Amino acid sequence: MSEKGRSPHSSPVEISISEFFEKNRHILGFDSPQKALYMIVKEALDNSLDACEENGILPDIYIRIAKVDQDRYEITIRDNGPGIGRKEIPNVFGKLLYGSRFHAYKQSRGQQGIGITAAVLYGQTTTGKPSEIITKRAGDDVAFRFVLGINVKNNTPNVMVEEPVIWDQKSGTEIKITARARYHTGKQSVVEYMRETAAVNPNMELTYDDPDGNRMVFRRVADMISRTAEEVKPYPVGLEIGEIKHLAGQSSRKTVREFLVGDFSRITPGIADEILSFAGVDIEKRPGKLTTEEISRIKDAMRKVNVPPPPLRCLSPFGEIFIRKGLMNVYGDLKPSFYSKPVERKPSVYNSNPFSVEVGFVYGGDLPVDQQIRIVRYANKVPLLYQAGACAITRAVQETDWRPYGLEQRGGNGTPYGPLILLVHVYGVRIPYTSESKEAVAPVPKILEEIKAALRTAGRELKRYHQKSLKRKKAYEKFNLVGVMLPEIARKSASLLGRSVPDIDPVISKIANVLFITEDISKNGDRVSVTCHVFNYTKQIRSFRLVAFPPVGNIEGTDEFNIEKLESSRRIDIDFQVSDVKGNYPGTIYYFKGIDPVHVLGAEPLPADWKVSGIEVEVGDS
Amino acid sequence: MVILQKDVEMKLRSIVEKIYGDLMAGEVPELSLPSRTKNNIVLDEENLVWRYGSQMVSRKASSTDGAGYLIKTIYVIEFILDMMRSGKSSTLREMYYISEGWNLGKFHSQSESNLTAEDLEVVSNLLREDFKLRPEENGASVIGNLTIEERNRKGIFKRINCKDDVGDAGYQIPYTVEEDKLRIVSGDADFVLAIETGGMFDRLVENGFDEELNAILVHLKGQPARSTRRLLKRLNTELNLPVIVFTDGDPWSFRIFASVAYGAIKTAHISQYLAVPTAEFVGITATDILTYDLPTDRLSEHDVDALNSELKDPRFNTDFWKSEIEIMLKTGKKAEQQALAKYGLDFVTTEYLPEKLSQLGVIRR
Repeated sequence: MSEKGRSPHSSPVEISISEFFEKNRHILGFDSPQKALYMIVKEALDNSLDACEENGILPDIYIRIAKVDQDRYEITIRDNGPGIGRKEIPNVFGKLLYGSRFHAYKQSRGQQGIGITAAVLYGQTTTGKPSEIITKRAGDDVAFRFVLGINVKNNTPNVMVEEPVIWDQKSGTEIKITARARYHTGKQSVVEYMRETAAVNPNMELTYDDPDGNRMVFRRVADMISRTAEEVKPYPVGLEIGEIKHLAGQSSRKTVREFLVGDFSRITPGIADEILSFAGVDIEKRPGKLTTEEISRIKDAMRKVNVPPPPLRCLSPFGEIFIRKGLMNVYGDLKPSFYSKPVERKPSVYNSNPFSVEVGFVYGGDLPVDQQIRIVRYANKVPLLYQAGACAITRAVQETDWRPYGLEQRGGNGTPYGPLILLVHVYGVRIPYTSESKEAVAPVPKILEEIKAALRTAGRELKRYHQKSLKRKKAYEKFNLVGVMLPEIARKSASLLGRSVPDIDPVISKIANVLFITEDISKNGDRVSVTCHVFNYTKQIRSFRLVAFPPVGNIEGTDEFNIEKLESSRRIDIDFQVSDVKGNYPGTIYYFKGIDPVHVLGAEPLPADWKVSGIEVEVGDS
Repeated sequence: MVILQKDVEMKLRSIVEKIYGDLMAGEVPELSLPSRTKNNIVLDEENLVWRYGSQMVSRKASSTDGAGYLIKTIYVIEFILDMMRSGKSSTLREMYYISEGWNLGKFHSQSESNLTAEDLEVVSNLLREDFKLRPEENGASVIGNLTIEERNRKGIFKRINCKDDVGDAGYQIPYTVEEDKLRIVSGDADFVLAIETGGMFDRLVENGFDEELNAILVHLKGQPARSTRRLLKRLNTELNLPVIVFTDGDPWSFRIFASVAYGAIKTAHISQYLAVPTAEFVGITATDILTYDLPTDRLSEHDVDALNSELKDPRFNTDFWKSEIEIMLKTGKKAEQQALAKYGLDFVTTEYLPEKLSQLGVIRR
């Protein structure tokens, strides 16, 4: 909650709208006591995460919801962010639309400078109580405590108390709001919001005390700072006339040419000349003197001239590691049997606004097979819990045919069925929402198209997993056949006839003629002991190299084993340990080298890029 | 047909010997038996019934399914041998439940265990009665002027007239109707009418159809059990009575007729004991549905598949059946026996059956 007003580009916009929102609070999402509680937590938590992310701080968040009486709750949110300057506080919390981001060209959670102030206003309107804020900047000796409200008539802060206090935190901000609210858990609740936030912010430690005195802690499982977006100048193509006019009016440049080159991204002097000659506008004209007609011509010209795609530094995806670790952290107790490699699309542009899509999923395990898949939606790193039906993400899922990827779906449209939790994140500089309360991404064609493309890639990943597990199943069946069923036939037929049990090795090598690789695992806490069995059911002596790859956790010691001169009908066992296994251990993946794949069951040929791709991932994300 | 217990034992052991022998010889164990599908039934010219042809299928331990089958077969044989030694018998359903304790030999459904028992009949040329395995009583029944003697639990033959000595439900057909259990003494009737549904059976009984047209009524209770078909066969051969089949008008009922007349695909190894090749189908035909303008239901996808499969079934390869099946496919409609009630409760006994039976030449009007 500390980002507003600190940016060098800040340009506060003063509009007296408090009264309007007091009477129309549903517009901002405060339409019921239940929803209001959710909005207050959401606005504060989003602001905290934005502030931590921008300042390279690993977020430590504390949330408490305490019951005051029948329908009033006291909500406290505390972060370890950078804190807010003492002079900024009244405006940040006590004045609607006091924001720096309204014209910032960059992806962030909050944008409009309304959210947290609206929460303060809602608390004041429903309980008559002001809000309490404590904030401290790193390096300061004392924190400052404010008690404040909003003068609704003229949209100005009403500070009742401002005093220095001793606070044992190095830096951070705490806000306490008392508001009319209703508490519940389950769907569309603050708890679900925290869980889904934790799922993509594994570098956050979130402690939550609920009204019944229970404590819930989402642990930090990644010590990395989130990827942040950089603020860039507006991308010219697709801007509205009004927007260009606004920028021209504010510009300090002397000529239109300088204005185009200096105030927009991706316009070089050469491109500026081209645009202006196309538009028939004098390159020396002062930007402030441009007529609407001229701006309109410039706007059209920008579409015709070849402007390079927008800069991508302004985008900030969760990234592969955050999605993987977060999904494991939050959904690990469902013991999914598969965590996908997340899909990240290349950025696209919608109305001059760069955006992109990333998709991750978990599949199988204890997830219900006969129910609709769960779609977890995010826009600019914020979980979307409401208005699923109106959202581009839901629409894209429903308009994708999932049947080829192994999910059940009647007629190839609608929400498919299967043990899948699908995480979809749409992020960009200005994501279009269906309403002011930003609860659903508007289904504009360009965005729908990109989401669908990402979903198809994820679908192919799911299909590959299915094929792999089918292969494993076949290998297991064969192993079961020679390891369990044939001995049973021999034993049972011998006992019925009262004769000695025949030697079945010749029959086994006739049926199998392969090397079998299987394993027994036992789990103790987050450690897994693996015994890998290698059976030689071929008729030859075999030597080859085996590589063990645990899909979760870390293998202790070597992961490569040389198998030398394993004789026909013989077996050797290899023991190793895997540590840091959270949740279910789905079984080791084995690779081999130095033997014809047709002779091996239970392992895959070692990929040619083995270990190369692994290193790339490490470098790219750290 | 008296078979000594030691012959049964020897035949069953020889199946296991084959498996054991394969293993000893270093071969993959394998059992082969006639393919029990509609693609492998041929007309037995002598008995005019459909029997298994020469196609064989192999159950081989080179796949988990094949190996599982062999394990289950050995367990079933062991179970049967144990019963024979201790003088017990069990129902097929009991065997299914007992298999719970058989580990890898456990059956996953009762139809699987029934099929295994039938396979053993086919391979050994014996009947499941020889294995001490019997089905559940299925409640199929007879009403009409038929006198039989049934051996009771005390071993005494009791005489029963299936018209005078029974209630409205009729005489219940036991699970075995061979000579050592049931003797046919006499019957005064012109024909036997085998009826698919209980509702229609009750209607004909209430309307006194058996006495009026001098018929023996047999309730098939859906797809008839072996003993019901065996009784029809005995009434046909021993009392020389024509057998007429009266069912719903849908693809599944056509199959009921086929199993009575030509033998069921599953039991084609004993068709000559069960099938009545001269049996005739009185209705409901697809033509009846049109002629009598009966209330109908639409054919489901499943029904259409069944009809198309019947077109490829050699048992239905006659002009009559081809034309009926094609009419049904074309109209897309099926009807129940009880749809005849559209014209009143008596319509079936006063109009429909007399008309259709005289067309078949069974009665004269």
